[in-house]
Amino acid sequence: MKKYRMLIVILALTAFAVPIQSADYDIDAGGAHSNVQFKIKHLGYAWLTGRFNTLKGDFSYDEKNPKTSKVEVNIDTSSIDTNHSELNKHLRSEDFLNVSKYPDAKFISTSFRKKEKNKAVLNGKLTLHGITKNISIALDQVGHGPDPWGGYRRGFTGSTLLTLKDFGISTDLGPASRQVEMVLNIEGIRRK
Amino acid sequence: MRLLNTENHWGLIAVSIHWLSAIVVFGLFTLGLWMVELDYYHPWYREAPNLHKSIGILLFGLTMVRLVWRRSHCRPVALASSKSIERKIATVVHYSLYVFLVTTMFSGYLISTADGRAVVVFNGLPIPAVYYGIAKLEDIAGIAHLWLAISLISLAVLHAMAAIKHHFFDHDPTLKRMFGL
Repeated sequence: MKKYRMLIVILALTAFAVPIQSADYDIDAGGAHSNVQFKIKHLGYAWLTGRFNTLKGDFSYDEKNPKTSKVEVNIDTSSIDTNHSELNKHLRSEDFLNVSKYPDAKFISTSFRKKEKNKAVLNGKLTLHGITKNISIALDQVGHGPDPWGGYRRGFTGSTLLTLKDFGISTDLGPASRQVEMVLNIEGIRRK
Repeated sequence: MRLLNTENHWGLIAVSIHWLSAIVVFGLFTLGLWMVELDYYHPWYREAPNLHKSIGILLFGLTMVRLVWRRSHCRPVALASSKSIERKIATVVHYSLYVFLVTTMFSGYLISTADGRAVVVFNGLPIPAVYYGIAKLEDIAGIAHLWLAISLISLAVLHAMAAIKHHFFDHDPTLKRMFGL
């Protein structure tokens, strides 16, 4: 019986731990489980993809009351990576992101609207290239649950379309390349 | 003109390498500043950087040959009319020109190979990447390339002004000798 006492205690504690509904999550960027990808048409003939490797942030999510969910993400603009060094250098320059002047891009949510199933719409303010605009992100909850190492995780993927000129990036890449599709992949680890 | 240097004259090999390098250095500097300003749809947007890189690699090869050749062959002695301080300054400037020449070209190579891709000389000869996978290497190398090139050109202008001074003010054969005369 003594053998099981510990197990009973653990089970009893878990019973209290599970009902947590509203929770704060730290975005898992160190483990490279979160990233911001982008996709832009090259001349209108093909897709060029790249991503921002370094971001940090957190979110809160309440299963009972999802509309109170909040998210804040900070992206290191110099972490842009297209797998082509000359292009990375050009994208970091004044012609595009001007990373020495604007080292961060920031997204702060203003509202969260749950839709059918795992879908939601996340509105917020994006500051990019020193310009802040309201944007809307179509969100999909990928999944949530315990991880194998004693933590609890929740992940989303979202996408939005940005017009480069809206953010003061005026270098002309041609008529097919004025908008860039952003895809956010976010995995949060629940704070203990 | 003889092919090799003598005690009082530069030979055809040294003269040719000197003037070819001079033309190419100023040409690459102009081409480099021009090409980075081209807009995306300019007909030279793709070809100008390829030309810049290809010629740069060839000049690097030529410079390596030049440095080996310089060590293994005699050079004309300094003019008897030159002052000891002038000789010292000339030596410092000459060595600095070589240092800036080599480091400018090498930093340029690092920009293009920072992602592990080779630089392909005239679409035929690939020069493989050696240093890559270092965070933001292309940006660091890019800043270095620009400032090393500006230093090289400034020093080359100083070098040319000194040659003009020798020719028109000192009336000595320094500049004439550089044409093998």
